[in-house]
Amino acid sequence: MSVAVAPPRVPAAREQEARRPAPGRSRGPSLWMAGPALVLFGVFAVVPLLGVVVLSFMSWDGLGDPVWAGADNWGRTLADPVTQNAMRLTLIVTVVSWLFQTPVALLLGVFMAGRQRYRAVLSVLYFLPLLFSAAAVAIAYRALLDPNFGLGTALGVPWLSQDWVGDPDLALWVVLFVIGWCFVPFHSLLYQGGVRQIPATMYEAALLDGAGRVQQFLHITLPQLKYTIITSSTLMIVGSLTYFDLIFVLTNGGPGNATRILPLDMYLTGFRSYDMGKASVIAVVLVVVGLTVSLLLNRLSGSNKMESQMEGV
Amino acid sequence: MTLRIGRRTGAVVAAVSVAALLAACGGGKQPGGPAAGGDGFSAWALTGGTEDMFRAQFDSWNSAHPDDEISVEWFANDAYKEKIRTAVGAGNSPTLIYNWSGGTLADYVANGNVVDLGDSTAELDERLIPSVAENGKIDGTTYAVPSTHTQPVVLYYNQEVLDAAGVEVPTTYDELLDAVATLKDDGTIPIALAGQSVWPELMWIQYLTDRIGGPEVFQAVLDGKEGAWSDPAIVEATTRIQELVKAGAFGDSFGSVNADQNADTALVHTGKAGFVLQGSWVYPNFMEAAPDLVESGGLGYTTFPTVEGGAGDPDNIVGNPSNFWSVSADASPEAQESAKEFISTQVLSDDAVQDLLDIGAVPPIVGLEDTIEEQADTDHPSFVYGLVRDAPHFQLSWDQALPAAQSQALLDNLSQLFLGQIDPEQFSEAMDATL
Repeated sequence: MSVAVAPPRVPAAREQEARRPAPGRSRGPSLWMAGPALVLFGVFAVVPLLGVVVLSFMSWDGLGDPVWAGADNWGRTLADPVTQNAMRLTLIVTVVSWLFQTPVALLLGVFMAGRQRYRAVLSVLYFLPLLFSAAAVAIAYRALLDPNFGLGTALGVPWLSQDWVGDPDLALWVVLFVIGWCFVPFHSLLYQGGVRQIPATMYEAALLDGAGRVQQFLHITLPQLKYTIITSSTLMIVGSLTYFDLIFVLTNGGPGNATRILPLDMYLTGFRSYDMGKASVIAVVLVVVGLTVSLLLNRLSGSNKMESQMEGV
Repeated sequence: MTLRIGRRTGAVVAAVSVAALLAACGGGKQPGGPAAGGDGFSAWALTGGTEDMFRAQFDSWNSAHPDDEISVEWFANDAYKEKIRTAVGAGNSPTLIYNWSGGTLADYVANGNVVDLGDSTAELDERLIPSVAENGKIDGTTYAVPSTHTQPVVLYYNQEVLDAAGVEVPTTYDELLDAVATLKDDGTIPIALAGQSVWPELMWIQYLTDRIGGPEVFQAVLDGKEGAWSDPAIVEATTRIQELVKAGAFGDSFGSVNADQNADTALVHTGKAGFVLQGSWVYPNFMEAAPDLVESGGLGYTTFPTVEGGAGDPDNIVGNPSNFWSVSADASPEAQESAKEFISTQVLSDDAVQDLLDIGAVPPIVGLEDTIEEQADTDHPSFVYGLVRDAPHFQLSWDQALPAAQSQALLDNLSQLFLGQIDPEQFSEAMDATL
């Protein structure tokens, strides 16, 4: 990109002149250009966030005036078995989603980046779930998985007529599958782009050295996709902390509390039980965990070093 | 230099996405929405079902008061429920507040959000069926008046399914258990239950508790008496619920059945299930989805069975006595007067009663027997009307009657009780903790 727009070479003296920063000013666009974004961020993210933090120390049922409650909400919420269960479920959802979606998306992405026959047609098919809204997907799956009138009955396959979303032991896995079905296409797309960036010369060199397909994948594709994997994992993990609409429509947290993950617990506590203080505590926990995880991922991945993977190519 | 900015940008982007998402769902107030309140006379009403009756009332008011027209916003049921509490809490509610009485109304009254309706309801009060009107009163003061039809919970059944299995309509709990066993052996789901929606499960615990211990048992819960959920009547009711579940009364996949899509009534009219315990609001759905079954008399309805040795009056019913209008205390005095006049002149007026009867709904008004007999479809309305008229006690659905936090805990624990995740003692213990 930068190569394409590089200006024609100028005499060395002029270049020196142009490079020297003006006194008292750093190079690059003015900070004022970030203004509109910062205002939006402040009004719609920071202010509500601070409001939620304050509210987490107050007792409020949505009517009347909020009353100061001190740390009462925090103790009550963290000791609540329903919320503890929600935290456990959120952890499971995050870990299993990553374990399930990453390999599938990676392999699909690599396949989609290839030159095989019918690749384009299949890619379009894989891409389809990305076009549907989560609520529509949830409603469709609820109808398909209905044990009495759903897919099992329509196709005459009794095995499909399980109590998919009504059995506490099954529901979470069904939810994880549907989430995966929704989000794998997006991550495949990331990987497809990543694979396309890998120079063909690397594969040619590997081929000359006698590396097979599996070895090429393990020793070239995977290491070259390092940053794509980090990006995709960050989105996946932070996303897992905020899954809401799909589960809300598909199971509403049920049966019992089997799929009541933290964001859902927060919503139900706030807008069904009208316990705004407790809901705010859960919201603050989610913010802190989400921020910590994404910062940690950034740190661990060494993306602050951002060394090039193209050295010597 | 650029590298460090890159890292920071990454952190900021991550922070923005998390914070924005969370703030969107978690933030306290939801500002915006249609402007309400103000000085004028306004109402928020619900679409669907009885929408036409309400529209006619508003039109009639407007033509009689061209200089004091009512401004109306229409909402779907769930959207309304999410919005109204915030609006009332923020002092932005419409003059006429549509509600379901119970715990929410008690909250409004406790916070001074609604006004005493005083004499404006005197004339209407005389015409109302007392057990229904009672729900709009708190400590003897009227804060809400019934605005529409009455919807008790009824045991519906598919006569063809019962005949095929050789089952009689049960009048006692023991007969119901026998019917369950016979239907199960016959390969049908004995009773359809929308367990995914959870609230239909309430109907079972409500009726069983009432039949076993009478309405006083739940009144003790409402009064916040310590240990009220451990009342022997409630323990027996929850024990019988698990007995029914274990006997296979609700099939083995009731947790996947959702009432919002009428999957429970569909099981009955398609002949896959024998019974369903549901509010009378499902009747229009039966008529629409299975007109042949309804016309041939294949769809039966009866009262909930009695429980042997139970203290409750077998004529008691549970369900949705009516929906209600209250008047906002935040409205201007002029708007409040208009609202009271609207209540005394329009609510359940003769025209409104006729509009309800036209769609097969039953208004909670005394002395309608002959009028109902003149309607096109008389069997179901007569049955429902008789049920409500003769009921010594009409119990509002527990999830509406209780304060919001308790009612959520109830739905949560009840769902686990039906799934067998907790036993009756654990249920009572968990619910006692909410009192």
